[in-house]
Amino acid sequence: MEMQMVKLTLRSAAIAVTAAAVSLSLAACGSSGPAGSAGNADSTTMWGLTGGNQPVLQKSIDAWNKAHADEAIKLDFFANDAYKTKVRTAVGAGQGPTFIYGWGGGVLKSYVDSGQVADMSDFIASNPDVKSRYLPSVLKNGVINGKTYALPNNNVQPVVLYFNKDVFDKIGAQAPKTWDELMALVPKFKAAGIAPFSLGGQSKWPDLMWLEYLVERIGGPDAFANIAANKPGAWSDPAVKEALTKIQELVDAGGFVNGFSSVAADSNADQALLYTGKAAMILQGGWIYQGMKKDAADFVKSGKLGYITFPTVSGGKGDPANVVGNPSNFWSISSKATDSQKKAALDYVKSGMFTDADTQALIDSGAVPVTTGIESKLAASPDKDFLSYVYGMAKNAPSFTLSWDQALSPAQGDAMLANLDQIFLKKISPDQFVTTMNATIGK
Amino acid sequence: MSTSTGSSRRVLEKGPSGWLAAPALVFFLLFAILPLLGVLFLSFTKWDGLGEIKLDGLSSWTTVLTDPVTGNALLVTAKIMFFSFIVQAPISLLLGVFTSASQKYRAALAVLYFVPLLLSSAAVAIAYKALLDPNFGLGPGLGLPFLAQDWLGNSDLVLFVVVFVIAWQFVPFHTLIYQGGVRQIPASLYEAAQIDGAGRMQQFFAITLPQLKYTIITSSTLMVVGSLAYFDLVFVLTGGGPGYATRLLPLHMYLTGFKANDMGAASALGVILVVIGLALALILQRLGGKNRNASQLEGA
Repeated sequence: MEMQMVKLTLRSAAIAVTAAAVSLSLAACGSSGPAGSAGNADSTTMWGLTGGNQPVLQKSIDAWNKAHADEAIKLDFFANDAYKTKVRTAVGAGQGPTFIYGWGGGVLKSYVDSGQVADMSDFIASNPDVKSRYLPSVLKNGVINGKTYALPNNNVQPVVLYFNKDVFDKIGAQAPKTWDELMALVPKFKAAGIAPFSLGGQSKWPDLMWLEYLVERIGGPDAFANIAANKPGAWSDPAVKEALTKIQELVDAGGFVNGFSSVAADSNADQALLYTGKAAMILQGGWIYQGMKKDAADFVKSGKLGYITFPTVSGGKGDPANVVGNPSNFWSISSKATDSQKKAALDYVKSGMFTDADTQALIDSGAVPVTTGIESKLAASPDKDFLSYVYGMAKNAPSFTLSWDQALSPAQGDAMLANLDQIFLKKISPDQFVTTMNATIGK
Repeated sequence: MSTSTGSSRRVLEKGPSGWLAAPALVFFLLFAILPLLGVLFLSFTKWDGLGEIKLDGLSSWTTVLTDPVTGNALLVTAKIMFFSFIVQAPISLLLGVFTSASQKYRAALAVLYFVPLLLSSAAVAIAYKALLDPNFGLGPGLGLPFLAQDWLGNSDLVLFVVVFVIAWQFVPFHTLIYQGGVRQIPASLYEAAQIDGAGRMQQFFAITLPQLKYTIITSSTLMVVGSLAYFDLVFVLTGGGPGYATRLLPLHMYLTGFKANDMGAASALGVILVVIGLALALILQRLGGKNRNASQLEGA
């Protein structure tokens, strides 16, 4: 009898522990919002992203709050993927922040269409200083139907082809300037037991950089402009099919690291393959320089990291100086914010962001601010080679195409990433991809 | 069972007062039925989560029902359900029987087996994602090439990896259910069997298994219906990929709603999910027979 009692107590204790664990994890799910801001409903709120620019933004806001206690901004950070879903749900429910962090493109347009973000055209017109501080090619990404709804807030992020100079020296090769040279390098690196390209295929969006650049080099910026403009059958552009075919040829040749579909870019495993010498090259955003500078300081400092633009494709129409990537991130201001929140937000935009200290902090982190007249600051940086290179790339690009998953509507973007994944896995043919994607036009 | 007065006998026959169910019912109405009706309504609308909700007739339903991805999601869900059951049921039954005996070492092992259940699904998924990394994971780390497969990137392999990780996390729970079930079987049954000369195997098949009938039904219901709700673990582990290889129905619903921002289609998928879940639960309950509340111990 007593034995049974003990057993029973043990079991109920176990159940209690389980119940507690379950409710704790549930509570953890529920409390991920910025609970701290609840104290003052009228304070100006800002949601930023974790990662390379987090300390820079934190510093900028700290400095602002110290000098402007009456217009203090409450700042919270979220991880990239989680942020994208959270902010949309929050804005839809009228619980969004005053400052909405974004990428421009199709997502910004959906906010504009539903009247969620404020028109800043008048503000820009009456503050020429604000307008003139930005690179014009970047600024125009916040303009929709001729009105400014978003202002750039950090650094230019073109997609760059990085390479490991050590392993290139090892096999005595040069960085590829054309697609044919690139394909010729594949068997050489394979013979040396080095993967030609690293790829964070599990995260899907790194796959997209290959398609973006190949279509750009083969067909020029118009091919994607037609797709983004929702022209019927725009995916049938021959450049798309040729680009997809080239991708599958590279997959067949063993161009990508073994198990690339298991490699996650979110955990920086893809860049780790490059700086550990397991892979020779990687096509990635300008932002991974910041990551490598932190995770592989010696590798970057000793000049072993090389970078070039994407190779040309013979017979291609695209200007080799054209760039794809993210021109910048942007601040939009919620149209649902109170007048005092809006005023504080605009005051910050006017005199709190891109202060000398902000710009310097961005440069120190290994990023290129989207502002004009920073050449001398870049030249004084220990990362001057890379930074000047990226700055020149962005400034001189005849066309800077926004990452397609941001440029398109969310429904199209989601279908595109899933189907492109299938292309890399060779589960579908380029023709199937084109047909499926044509069906999403206008969605 | 010795009731002395008529009134208390009547109470027993009628069962306890229906009012006892009231708090649960109110809760259920507010947090299950009401949202369910909301979802049903949303499935006939077009809404991107931001703007106006517009009535849109059956268009979400035709989109969902003609989309090959939906069919694929159903197939993947069915596969995961089947393999999860095939893997989890025997293991947890055997472990449950094993840990139900009273030896000290078995109790110690039971505690160890229990650990995965205490970890959050997201933590389990992140840990496995790191362990299974083909370049920096367990295989290369230990120098064991056969562990360095393309576990999460191979469309044919990934389903079984997901089944394995799910089993790793949930077998402890079902083991616990079976352990409790086995401990409720009266020792007298086994004593009688021993006297009749039954061996251990005979005892297991003639006493333990039949006596566990309802435990098996409960555990199986939880396994099968639960596999309709696998989301967090798969979302973090594979994100539904590669391609659509692990895009389960609930994951498909989430991605449609919150990534593609098509709340109408996502709601239609949600309704489909509810209907399938209810149907499965009903079928499994039926399998238990009509008088499933009757005692299994008659004649004992």
